[in-house]
Amino acid sequence: MATVQVSEAEKVYILHGIRDDLRVDGRGCEDYRHMEIETDVVSNTDGSAKVSLGHTAVLVGIKAEIGKPRPMVPNEGYLEFFVDCSANATPEFEGRGGEELGTELSNTLYKVFNNKQSLDLRALCISAGEHCWVLYVDVLLLQCDGNLYDAISIAIKAALFNTKIPRVHISSDEEGGKEIELSDDPYDCMRLQVESVPCIVTLCKVGHRHVVDATLQEKACSVASLIISVTHKGTVTCTRKVGGGSLDPESIFEMIEAGKRVGKALHAPLMKLLQQEESLGKKRQKVGFLG
Amino acid sequence: MAVDMRLPTVSKTVSLSVSAFDRKDLVVPGDVITSDTGFMRGHGTYVDEEKLTASVAGEVQRVDKLICVRPLKTRQVMSPKPFNGEVGDVVVGRITEVQQKRWKVETNSRLDSVLLLSSVNLPGGELRRRSAEDELTMREYLQEGDLISAEVQSVFSDGALSLHTRSLKYGKLGQGVLVQLSPSLIKRQKTHFHNLPCGASIILGNNGFVWLYPTPEQQDEEAGGFYTSLEPISLSDREVISRLRNCLLALATHKVLLYDTSVLYCYESSLQHQVKDILKPEVMEEIVLLTQHKLLEQEG
Repeated sequence: MATVQVSEAEKVYILHGIRDDLRVDGRGCEDYRHMEIETDVVSNTDGSAKVSLGHTAVLVGIKAEIGKPRPMVPNEGYLEFFVDCSANATPEFEGRGGEELGTELSNTLYKVFNNKQSLDLRALCISAGEHCWVLYVDVLLLQCDGNLYDAISIAIKAALFNTKIPRVHISSDEEGGKEIELSDDPYDCMRLQVESVPCIVTLCKVGHRHVVDATLQEKACSVASLIISVTHKGTVTCTRKVGGGSLDPESIFEMIEAGKRVGKALHAPLMKLLQQEESLGKKRQKVGFLG
Repeated sequence: MAVDMRLPTVSKTVSLSVSAFDRKDLVVPGDVITSDTGFMRGHGTYVDEEKLTASVAGEVQRVDKLICVRPLKTRQVMSPKPFNGEVGDVVVGRITEVQQKRWKVETNSRLDSVLLLSSVNLPGGELRRRSAEDELTMREYLQEGDLISAEVQSVFSDGALSLHTRSLKYGKLGQGVLVQLSPSLIKRQKTHFHNLPCGASIILGNNGFVWLYPTPEQQDEEAGGFYTSLEPISLSDREVISRLRNCLLALATHKVLLYDTSVLYCYESSLQHQVKDILKPEVMEEIVLLTQHKLLEQEG
């Protein structure tokens, strides 16, 4: 993870600021930085989204492929996650430098989505026990400026919203064998119900308080953070503690409550924005990466 | 809690004046500078199919047969040797290493700068001799991660800078906020230390590091600038500093030269907005426009 050096006096300044609910950039403890979201940015994926949060930039691409359902759940499709830490984000990721962070992030994503609340996986089933859709969710970190988890989760939700899976028709021939036929019409596609896809909220414990959307400087002052994934109804699907320090059980409870509140409030504006973008249709001017 | 989500906006293309296109000395990577083979390849250029091509965006400079491109954006702060004006630059830097008789300082230049133990003021007055004990206790004065303000004393042959803090205005920096910007945005001025009337002070380092701190009440001479107060700073001072920080970022995004007047005008223009709103693109644009307007008015 990209790290920054912060001197003792700077730390004191940041700490006191958070105590007074006025952070270095003028935000309160539960405010997010300015966020920009664009979907459909990579043409060779079935769904993609780019999210920038402050200087953090994340690109998510989703590819749908036909695979075999897992034996335990024959009537469900599944998701595969891969997080690539580009050396563009920070020179530390060069070579195999980003591998550890990438695995950690993708393992967390598996945990977050490994439940019935997050996504209706039955919709991905084509024929029970034989064929299902496998969604390969590829995350690319383009720039790191703190709060990767939140940015990634929002990008995934946006990309899933954007995902268009071609419709399939199953026809069986005389011998009882089944044949899968993909629809030729590019507009004949299936969309996912993403309403309940959770968003991750990272709460950093700094001093006696906790902040959301910590910058790298604030992260350097915090001992430990808690990541909480919350659905639009406020259901917590996963919690994890990251960082070397320890957390008081009482503050964990407080942080979960705050995380639930913040996470729940993230969904409505996100869905509104995605629908707004969708309604613009072809009129929307694409910005992409150089805009 | 507040969350501000939106679609990205297309940045407007800057309409260049015709004269900018005519300037042959401005190049972007891949531009052919000359196909004449009589020239020598300097920094920022490469030879592609016997044509001298620019590898960075910047200004072409020719000395006799040598052609270089001076990049607009670079980690190297000071101009290469033939240019004067590097000694005496004010820089803000961060200590990266404590070595024998010297500190290594990250100053946004290509090489880490050097701060010699002999070029700092130690507590106890200017004429104090440096003993072996001072060498052992160097970390007590400045340790890794600490921020300092300093002046460039000399430039080594490899381009590394030698710094000094032999004045009370330089030394270790206490509580405040560091903003890292492009060095090309800092306007060269007589003084880079300003006590702004809005209630905070600013050090505009020539290296693009800008330090914002609450205006000190009075300097304690005895400590030699190594004592830092860790007392909490009042909320009002904090708000001013945060506002200034966001103003600096707004000015930098819109490529406005930074000096005391532009920063102050931007601060004044931003007063009608909340501190955290300044970084929203449309607010940023509005504030910077107002600032530019004020600057023009003042000039004319």
